Amino acid sequence: MKTASSFLELEERRRLVPVWFEGGELQLPEGSNLAAAMLAAGVGTFRYTPVSGAPRAPFCMMGACFDCLVDVDGVTRQACMLEVTEGLRLSMPRKGRNVIDADN
Amino acid sequence: MQITDLVIIGAGPAGMAAAATAANVGLHVILLDEQPRPGGQIYRDVDRVAPVRGEMLGKDYTDGLSLTAGLDHGNITHISGAVVWAIEEGIRVLYTADGRGGAIEAKRILIATGALERPMPLPGWTLPGVMTAGAAQILLKQSGVLSKNAVLVGSGPLLYLIASQMIRAGTSPLALVETQTQADLLRALPHLGGALRGWRYLLKGLTMLSEIRRAGVRRYTSATNILIEGETAAEDIRFTADGKTRHIPCDTVLLHHGVVPNTQAARSIDVAHHWDARQHCFVPNLDDWGGTNVETVHIAGDGAGIGGAKVAALAGRLAALKMAADLGAISTIERDDTAKPIRRSIAQELAVRPFLDKAFPPAIEATKPVDATIICRCEEITAGDIRRHAGIGCAGPNQAKAFSRAGMGPCQGRYCGLTVSNLLAEANSATMDETGYYRIRPPLKPVTLGELAEMGGSVNSATN
Ligand SMILES: Cc1cc2nc3c(=O)[nH]c(=O)nc-3n(C[C@H](O)[C@H](O)[C@H](O)COP(=O)(O)OP(=O)(O)OC[C@H]3O[C@@H](n4cnc5c(N)ncnc54)[C@H](O)[C@@H]3O)c2cc1C
Ligand code: FES
Repeated sequence: MKTASSFLELEERRRLVPVWFEGGELQLPEGSNLAAAMLAAGVGTFRYTPVSGAPRAPFCMMGACFDCLVDVDGVTRQACMLEVTEGLRLSMPRKGRNVIDADN
Repeated sequence: MQITDLVIIGAGPAGMAAAATAANVGLHVILLDEQPRPGGQIYRDVDRVAPVRGEMLGKDYTDGLSLTAGLDHGNITHISGAVVWAIEEGIRVLYTADGRGGAIEAKRILIATGALERPMPLPGWTLPGVMTAGAAQILLKQSGVLSKNAVLVGSGPLLYLIASQMIRAGTSPLALVETQTQADLLRALPHLGGALRGWRYLLKGLTMLSEIRRAGVRRYTSATNILIEGETAAEDIRFTADGKTRHIPCDTVLLHHGVVPNTQAARSIDVAHHWDARQHCFVPNLDDWGGTNVETVHIAGDGAGIGGAKVAALAGRLAALKMAADLGAISTIERDDTAKPIRRSIAQELAVRPFLDKAFPPAIEATKPVDATIICRCEEITAGDIRRHAGIGCAGPNQAKAFSRAGMGPCQGRYCGLTVSNLLAEANSATMDETGYYRIRPPLKPVTLGELAEMGGSVNSATN
């Protein structure tokens, strides 16, 4: 899941704080966009789809596609709409397909 | 419940300009945006980023500083991180911010929710490593995060802009795989005369192209048979150009073939829309102030039809003037006098559009993908599934949705809606207007029970 990143992070003086994803520790810049920080840290797969189990990662970075979903304290949320805070505990959403269905 | 004169949804150029205009004539404005800071897509996070990366992103980006400065006004309350999930009776806006629900009642509502990138379903587009080009730009702007081995795919001025921003940032794309053809350019030429009125845009385009050439970035045009390959992530891209099959190893593929209005909020309150054949997208039916069939609701910016950031800001001002006059804050004479030069500027800014729309049309292989291509990312429905449903009598997207679940996932059809309508229209030999679009119902974004529970007591405190 965590590999050499396809991304390069321009230097910005920000404090690195620990964040846990699927039990592994990441050091991410505090206050930065969570999805961006995870990508830069080498997280390649954010979740697996409930339909076919295919891997997914951020696609739009603007809160529209829902491919960046992660579980934060048991609530499924869009990583691209969150900021890094110290000690975040993240995991891949697993609760089945209807967790965040708009269902309209 | 908080009460105000005007609620604006979206703090991009349209929403910010509208807020300042309305506040300056005495209206009380609440501006809501789901992003943590104002700017919208073009000026994303500009206050924080301009000092750090302003030069790399260019003047078109730092121009946004004058709009964010306009929000510093006693009559404007900007609630950031506020996700709007419903509009009720044309006067109430429901949102969540910081895990709590909030509600505002207003005399007028402006929808300024901007654009989305046109869905570009190509084989392999759901693989990790494939993103919209706009996503890569957001990573660069907001976070200073750059793709190291990226291929840009598609067409349009934004593709060149992003390429040149990447070059200036020191990570040139590996190549541009462009879908527009020589024939498209020929079709655009008759519009060149009109476009010359917007010569600054043309000049900018030429400058970007020469920047790309100087950086040695290879451009392929008329690309077809585009295919992104990889096991668990994008590993390479294949396509045909100049009669040859090409193959470029890469770990990031950035897709873009234009932007289309984000119509979710407007559709959720039954604002009527029609198909714009020139821009290849649905646009809301509006009067020349941005007014809709819902009397209290106006729309401005790219959500009203694609015009770009300058037009968005100008249209935001027009809508604000109209609403201010409706509410008696200014006279109709003052409204019309102030509007005149704004309308002239809009016409000037739009002059280049017909040329661009013809020169960079959507890629046909992505608007009418081959059967095996997934078109609904959420429910993993393929183009073939939709064609089959057309075959058994589905005339419109809502039927197709009921049969296939396409559009039922959390993105609510934002990245499949246009494709589904296109596929059904083609299969049924119907027009896009006859085929229509998904019916959108709130919540526009998922709301948790916890957020709803927090709503009652916290509404007043959430909105100072
Ligand atoms: C990803 C992307 C990148 C772009 N980059 C450029 C560029 O570099 N240069 C350029 O000229 N044009 C760019 N464009 C085109 C762009 O649409 C316009 O230039 C301009 O940003 C339009 O302004 P606007 O005010 O209409 O909307 P936007 O700037 O898109 O602002 C809309 C705002 O509404 C908010 N919003 C949407 N829905 C909700 C909701 N339900 N609740 C709360 N808030 C909501 C969004 O967070 C956003 O901030 C880009 C478009 C996209 C999609
Ligand atoms: S990446 Fe699309 S919603 Fe987060």
